[in-house]
Amino acid sequence: MVMLFSDPIDAMLQLQQALDNFRASDWLGSSTSASGAYPPFNLFRKGDEIVLIAEVPGIRKEDLQIQVKDRTIRIAGRKAVAYGEGTSLHRRERLAGAFDRAISLPVEIDADRVKAECRDGILAISLPRGERDKPRTIMVG
Amino acid sequence: MARSQELEVQQKKELVSKEEKTTPARYYVPSTDIYETDDALTLVMEVPGVEKKDVDVRLENDTLRVEARLDFGKYEELDPLYTEYNVGHFTRAFSLSSKIDQQQISAQLEDGVLTLTLKKLREAMPRQIAIN
Repeated sequence: MVMLFSDPIDAMLQLQQALDNFRASDWLGSSTSASGAYPPFNLFRKGDEIVLIAEVPGIRKEDLQIQVKDRTIRIAGRKAVAYGEGTSLHRRERLAGAFDRAISLPVEIDADRVKAECRDGILAISLPRGERDKPRTIMVG
Repeated sequence: MARSQELEVQQKKELVSKEEKTTPARYYVPSTDIYETDDALTLVMEVPGVEKKDVDVRLENDTLRVEARLDFGKYEELDPLYTEYNVGHFTRAFSLSSKIDQQQISAQLEDGVLTLTLKKLREAMPRQIAIN
């Protein structure tokens, strides 16, 4: 699906509508997810790679644990929200706790070349397609 | 109100405002914690994906307005396959009491968390009364 960003004023809205359309996508299938649905993931295709993006505000690299095996990726960690002594809380909307989520992708990924980056509260993991999954061209003799 | 807050997915709250914006994108309301110490009022907002240069904090007429914009250029080469959340700019406004020193508001942005510290005016800080 090609997204056209030719109109800069509308571009953000187009992205938002595209993301909404894929909410009901069954691309991921009904796989079991370990312990809960936090953090929410968005999965994209970028050329031959799958890119997983999650919003993890307030979580640093040290608090995250990412593991990949076969087609499953597991993201676990702890989100801490702490305020000092002697503070009086007026409003509390941020949640904190431990999370552990695993998803299984419907394509083969190359675990050795997986790269993860966590910046500004966004975790981006690029999962290149496994060699075995790529189609082989057959020459006609 | 002490309630044990379990970590769960919070659906992003879309902003429904009386005025319309000039660009047709959706704005979301960031989760905010507000707490107070003796000398300052602190607001902590979750704005993942926002960089320092895209945060706008303004104080006019006792209203503190925060707008944090997302740079979605990073999404240009990405084709969605499966999504669980939407992305957009963040905005929220609070009306402040006159006890805040409007000249001394500081802000820090780290790991997608924006912390605004609003110092109180000296007259508004609690004073200890000595007992003779």
